[in-house]
Parts: sequence; structure tokens; C-alpha cells
Amino acid sequence: MARHQPLFLERSSYRRRRLSDVARILPVLALVLILLPVWWVPAVVSLTGGALWLFGLWAGLIALTAGLFAAMGTADPSAQSAGQDGGADGDDPGEGAGAGRGRSESAGR
Amino acid sequence: MAVDVLVATCLGYVVLMFIVAFAADRAALRGRVKWLDHPAVYTLSLSVYCSAWTFFGAVGYATRSGLEFATIYLGPTVVFAGAWWGLRRLVRVARMHHVTSVADLISARFGKSNPLAALITLIAVTAATPYIALQLQSVSLSFRAFTQEADPVAQGGTALWVAAGLALFTILFGTRNLAADERHHGVVTAIALEAVVKLIAFLALGVFVVWGLADGPTDVVGRIAKATAEDPALVQGWLLKPDRWTALIVVSGIAVITLPRMFQVMVVEAADAERLRMAGWAFPTYLFAMSLFVLPIAVVGRELLPAGSNPDLFVLSLPLSQGQNMLALLVFLGGFSAATSMVVMSAIALATMISNHWLVPLWLWLRRRPDGDDAEDLGRFVLNARRLAILAVVGGGWVYHQASGGSAALAAMGLVAFTGMAQVFPAMLGGLLWRGATRIGAYAGVGTGLVLWMVLIFLPSVGIGATPGFPQGVDPLAGSIVLSLGANTLAFLTLSLVSFPDPVERLQGLSFVLAVEPEGPDRAGGDTARSAESLLAMSRRIWGADPALRFFQAEAVAQGKSGFLPDLTPRFLTRLERRLAGSVGTATAHAMIGRVGGGTGLSVADLMEVAGEASRAKEEARRLETARAELARTARQLREANEKLTELSVQKDSFLGQVSHELRTPMTSIRAFSELLKLPDLPEADRTRFAGIIHDEAGRLTRLLDDLLDLSVLESGGVRLNVAVANLHDLVDRAVNAASATGTGRNFVIHRDLPTEHVAVITDTDRLLQVLINIISNARKYCDAPRPELWVHVRRRPDRSTEIDIIDNGSGIDPDRQALIFEKFARLNDPMRAGGAGLGLAICREIMTALGGDITYLPGQGGAAFRVSLPHRPPLKPSASADAPNACGGGGDWNE
Repeated sequence: MARHQPLFLERSSYRRRRLSDVARILPVLALVLILLPVWWVPAVVSLTGGALWLFGLWAGLIALTAGLFAAMGTADPSAQSAGQDGGADGDDPGEGAGAGRGRSESAGR
Repeated sequence: MAVDVLVATCLGYVVLMFIVAFAADRAALRGRVKWLDHPAVYTLSLSVYCSAWTFFGAVGYATRSGLEFATIYLGPTVVFAGAWWGLRRLVRVARMHHVTSVADLISARFGKSNPLAALITLIAVTAATPYIALQLQSVSLSFRAFTQEADPVAQGGTALWVAAGLALFTILFGTRNLAADERHHGVVTAIALEAVVKLIAFLALGVFVVWGLADGPTDVVGRIAKATAEDPALVQGWLLKPDRWTALIVVSGIAVITLPRMFQVMVVEAADAERLRMAGWAFPTYLFAMSLFVLPIAVVGRELLPAGSNPDLFVLSLPLSQGQNMLALLVFLGGFSAATSMVVMSAIALATMISNHWLVPLWLWLRRRPDGDDAEDLGRFVLNARRLAILAVVGGGWVYHQASGGSAALAAMGLVAFTGMAQVFPAMLGGLLWRGATRIGAYAGVGTGLVLWMVLIFLPSVGIGATPGFPQGVDPLAGSIVLSLGANTLAFLTLSLVSFPDPVERLQGLSFVLAVEPEGPDRAGGDTARSAESLLAMSRRIWGADPALRFFQAEAVAQGKSGFLPDLTPRFLTRLERRLAGSVGTATAHAMIGRVGGGTGLSVADLMEVAGEASRAKEEARRLETARAELARTARQLREANEKLTELSVQKDSFLGQVSHELRTPMTSIRAFSELLKLPDLPEADRTRFAGIIHDEAGRLTRLLDDLLDLSVLESGGVRLNVAVANLHDLVDRAVNAASATGTGRNFVIHRDLPTEHVAVITDTDRLLQVLINIISNARKYCDAPRPELWVHVRRRPDRSTEIDIIDNGSGIDPDRQALIFEKFARLNDPMRAGGAGLGLAICREIMTALGGDITYLPGQGGAAFRVSLPHRPPLKPSASADAPNACGGGGDWNE
């Protein structure tokens, strides 16, 4: 929808965007880490060693998620403001677009 | 242990649950929802995922298949790691539309279609009934483990009592009222408490096994290694199969969203999406804790218990065999909690679906009246329909349990239910992410998935038909999952691509995919039949008088009206429909609003109107933005113009003095010398000299007047161009010669690049020459360098226009005067040094404008620099009527 998006963000907002990027990557990473060893070396990860691998990985994943969500909580003081970012999540303010906008602005003067 | 102790404990526990639920409901009623809404309660209620299948079955599963049991918990872990952008979005959209169930969500997305919701309800009920039977069986089995009673009748009796108790609990706390949002604080709080009991029981058993029976974690690891080393058959079973591993993780990840009970606690009972921040890590932690001791219990149980023991009951038989009766009792309560919480939540979710998508539409259809104003209490009917549906669901589970009888057939039911509800997922995900998803596609996908799931998984699991033969090396379950979900997705995508959605669908698609709340189009125009009063009457029949009045009053106040009857704005109607959807489902609410209003549907034209309004608002915003920029630009221009005007005014004043002076000086001398000429005795030589002076002064006057005339002709646009082709080189030659002829005689070095000057120009050559001469002679006059030099550069532009730069090495023109030099009467520097009246450059500019070109001052060239731009050919001027022949050839400084 026609919402005005700032092209560059202040430091805290920038950090929040990057954290939400991490939140997107995390499940994919988790899935890859859980699936790949079983496809590659099922015999190695099926028994005792596998149990240690799996529960270690699992605990690490939970810690990572908890850390991430906590960081997002502190980086996101007004949780409600993020409530309307559905469409905007996709279009990150890229550097190129910003430079282009800057040029056109100065040209207008 | 005595049966009566067990029964007493059980009853006491059940009474505690009733009290907790009752207290929580009362607290919610009084508005004290703060601690009820705590994210921890929400997270604990999610643990309804861990049913008795988990509590008892995980150890059995691990005994048979090793680590594969963990897939059921790894899938949700992965999904919740993405809770912040995935699930939060789902919860937000679902709450925006007051969705009551997973079937309602999909039906709302695909154009508020009730048949689609009814189909999904069918899958849910089919999948859940055996699953509920499994819970009842687990309770009766655990009872038997205590009592050692093998009597199947007693077993059935236990299950019946449990079923009856659960149905009572669910009806009491699940259908107390028909709120506008389907939240059940009592039930959720009780389930959160049960989650704590489950966890404590399982952890207590795990600690007992690892540190009581075994000798710490190292010993357990050693025992696992020993068991696998001794028994090749065990290793064979424990070997992970990558296709199964992947398929089960995917299916369990999907199931944690689509299972009716999970959707109920995760989406419908959520106050808002923010609690997922805690649940995102806390729920996986819960699952981790529930899984951590599964393998140790399995291995130690296998070692210590007799060979024929049922591994699904290890969690009970292990403490019992060690004489740990209190621990066994705690574990029993944990299993009981797991089973009951699953049954209660499933029953609520399924009953909502059955009543909203089967019974209420049927009732409305049967009772259709032409006037659309039925006096029955619809709210009471909906509540009764739910109670009936709860009885049917729990009763169905009990009947199924009795009919199947065996334990083996039920053990697989968890996965069967998972794979069944997973068939809903492609349509759900597609509907949330893709505006192109259509109802036809959803029907095709869900239908294909349902049929394949029935044939490949469900029917074989209940003993009808056989598991299909897959090629060697492909696991049948993994193959069936991939096949059913793959065909489902393919059908969904294909038919979505080829079909065309209706307007309601497109509006809903927009709302779901972009997570926005579009209002319906203005359908109220001139519609007297649908008065606010009849809508109020309808709402009253569903919610009861007081809540309905409160909602209508709030809406009226929001519109700035007093009383209870708001205007039927699109916004109000959309909000009312969504609130009603929270009670009776989206499709029914939509139908009811349409019915009261005489069945007006949404047309493509209406949709276009909504789109038009949205784009108008967008356009308006964009226009305002542009207008703002325009305004700033204009202000800037005005400021500049104002500064220029002020300066011009000052200059004009000074010029008036100057021109008077210019005119008066020759006039004075003409008068004076004319007087002298009148003298009779004037010597001839003096007479000739005086006449010469008079002639010169008159010439000066004429030049000044010629300039003024020339300028006025040029400015009025009445000049006639005498266009010809000329070599620019010749023109520059002539200009340089003419300028030196009138010059001050100073030695001037002129740098020219002769080859580039040979350019053919199509223009009025005389006029162009006039400009060139003016600039060059200006340079000669004003260049203040000790060794004056002049450069002439000629350049042909790609657009075939020509640029002539004339640059000297003097001090140039001050920046603050550059803007003024082309103005009339703008004589620079000292007026006494100039021969003209300061009109030369103004004339040049007018000429160049007439020729379609331009003359500009180039700053920063190391001296005064002028650029003459000449177009390829002069513009065709239609006028030429106001010709002034006298002035046409009139010149500036050079024309004597």
C-alpha cells in the first residue's frame, strides 16, 4: 500500500531489520543442520553419537532462538509499530535505490 | 497400589482442574485477565501438542526406531524458530478476521466459502477420531498397568468414565457463552496447569532413571552403546532412514500449525501475536525437556523389564517394577493430563468446526424464511450445536476405541492424524502468501490430498486395504507423505493458475496476503430493508442482548453518533461481519449479513470501487507529496525572483538617472553648440567643428534610440528572420574584424581553432553576426588583463546544435552581477568606459531567443565567458506580422 518508507534508517532500526533477517534465516539453517547429516551419514548419527549430536544441536538452536528473540525484544521497544510491516518486510531500503533518490533530489534543486 | 487410591487421586485431580478452570473463567469475567494472558500461560497451553501419544508413545517409539521419535518434536522446533515472522503473521491475520478454526481460516481466505470449510472439517474429524480414541485407550491402559486387571469390560468402563468426564468438562468450560472472540480462559489455564504436571512427571521419571537406576549420564550413554552393540536387530530398527526423517520432520512441523487443537491454542486463544516472542523459544524448550529422557528410559526399561513388556507403557511399568509407587502415580497423572488436555482441546476445536461449518449452515438452510427475520435464538442454537458436537466427538472417540479394541491399530494414529491435517497446509500457506491462490485450487488441492491420504495412509491404518507397494528402498510412510502432499500442492497450484477468483475471494486474498483490513464497498445506498435495527436484532440473537447493544453503541460512538444504531457504513458492516465471524464462522457471518440485507453480493464493479478508493487515496497522498515539492520549488523561485526584482528596481532607478544623463549630455552639447552656431561672426573653422560635434552627438542619440527600438522589436516577437546557410568560420572572421575596427585599439591576441569552425549553420546570419560582434567587442572593451587574450571555441553537439564559447582572460563578472548582465540597461563596471547604453547583451539575448538558441554566461572559465548556443535550424515563427522595417537592420554598437 502507499506507505511512505524512509530509505535509510537510524542505527537501532537498522539493527532491528538485520535481526529480523536473522529470524528468517534461522529456521532454514536449523532445517539444513538437522537434515543433512542424516542424508549423508545415517549410520553415524543413528546411535549414541547421533543422540549427542542431536540434543547438542537442539539445545544450541533453542539458545540461539531465545537470544535472538530477546535481542529483538530489546531492539524493538514499540512492538506495536512492527504490527503493520507486512508488506514492507520484503523491500529493504537498498543502498542503490537510496543513492538514486538522493541524486534526483539534488537535481530537483 | 489399591484401585480406590488411584481413583481417588484421579478424581481429586479432576476436581482441581474444574476448580482452576472455574476460577480462571471467573477472573476473566471480572476483567482480571492479566496473569491469564501471560505469555507463559500461552506457551504452556501450546504443550497440548504433547498428547498421551507423546507421553507414553515416545518411549515406545524410541525403543523401536531410536532417534526417529525426535522428528515429532524437531519439526515444531524449526517452525517456532521462525515464529517471529511466520507464525506471528498467521496469528495477526487470523485475529484480524476473527477466525475460529483452521477450516474457518481457509474458508475466509477463499471467498468465505462454507463448503470448503465443511470439507476441511471432514478431514479434521476423520483424522481426530482415532486420535482421540488413542488418548482414551492410553488412560485405560495406564489404569490397567496399575490394577493388573485384564478385563476388557473394565477397560471399556474406564474409557467410558473418562470420556464422559472430559465431555462434561469441555461442555462446561468450552461452551459457557458465545463470545465475539472464541477464547476460553478456564480451559486454557487448566491445560497450562496440566502441562506443568506432564513436564514434572516426565522429568521426575527421567531423573529417577538416569540418576536412580543408572549411574548418571555417562552410564546411560554407555548403556545405549552396549544395547546397540549387543543386538543387531535393534541397530537395524534404530538406523535412521533419511526419507522418513525428512518427511516426518516436515509433517510434524506442518501439524503443529494445522492440527485443530494446535490452531485453537496457538491462534484462536492468542490475545495477540506478541506472545510468540516467548513461545518461540520456550515451546521448543518444553519439547526438548520432554524428549531428553526418552532414550534413557527406553534403554533402561528394555534392560530391566521382562522381554515381552509393552514399550509404550515403560514409563509406568518401570517405576512400578522398582516399587516407586508415588513416582508411578505422578507419571500416571502426567499421562492422564496429556490425554485429557488433548481430548478437551480437540473437542473444543472440532466442535467449533462442526457447529460453524456443518450444523449452523444446515440449520440456516432448513429454516430459510423469505423475510429473513426468524425469531429463534440463534446463539442458543449455536451453543447447543457445539455441545452436541463435543458429545459426538468424544463419543465418537470412545466408540472407535471400543470397536477397534486392539492397541496396535491405535498406536500409529498420531502420525495418521498428522498426515491428514497436513493436507490442509498447501492451501493455507498458499492462501497467506499468494494472491493468485483461488478457491478452485484449494478445493483441488485439499480434495486430492484427502483422497490420497485416505487411500495411502488412513484406510490401511484402520485395516481396510493394504499399504501401497513402493519401490524397494522407499519407505512406505515417507513415500505416501511425499506423494499425497506433492499431488495436493500440484493440484492446488495448477487449478489456481487456470481458474479465476470471484470478487469476494480477491478482496479476501488482498487482506490475507498483505495483512491489511480493506473495507467492503458501500452496499448500503438506498437499502431500507437492511436497517441497523434488524442487524442489531440478529446480533442480539447470537451474542445476547447486552453484548450486542454494547458493540452497536461503541460503533455508533465511533461514528460520532449517540444511541445504539450506527450508520451502515462499509466500515461498520465489515467490522460487524468480522465480529460475528468470531462466533459463527466467516462463511455463516457473511451469509447472515447478506441475508438480512436481502442477499446483496459483492460484484466485480464493487471490487473495482474498493480498488478505486484505495488507489484514489494513494493517488491523493502522492499528489499531496508532489504539491508539497512543487510549493517548495515555487517558493524558492519566488524568492529568487523577488531578489532579482529588488535588484532590478535599484538598477532601473540608477539607469533612469543614467539614461537621462546619456540623453542630456548630447542634448546639452547640441543645444549649446547650436546656440554658438547662431552667432553671426563665427569663424568658418569653428562652425565646421561645432557642426561636427553636433553631428556626433546626434549620432550618439540615434544609436541609443536605435538600440531601444531594436530591443522593443525583438521583445515584441515581431522580428522577421532572414534564414540562410553560412559557414560559421566566415561569420567569426567577420565578427572579429568588425569588432577590431570599432575597438579601442588595444593589442588583442585571439586564439581560434580554425578546423572546428568550419561548420555550416542555418540561421539569420546578420543577427548571429550582431551577437558575435557584440560579445567580442564587449571583451575588447572590458577585458582588464595587461595582455588581453580571447579564445573562440566552436563545438557541434550530437543533436546538431552548435555552441560557440567566447572567453577572455580578464577578471570576468562578479557572481552577484552574473544574473543581471542580460537585463536591459545593465551596464557593468564604469559607465564612462562604455560606448553603449548597456543594451547590447539584452539585445543579444533577445536575438538568440528569436533564433531558437540561447546565450549564457559561463562562470569559472578564468575570465568573462559567454556561450552562444544555436539550434540546428531556427524555429518556424508564424507571426512576422508586426514587422518594423526601420529597426530591422538597426544595430547595436557596431552598426554605424
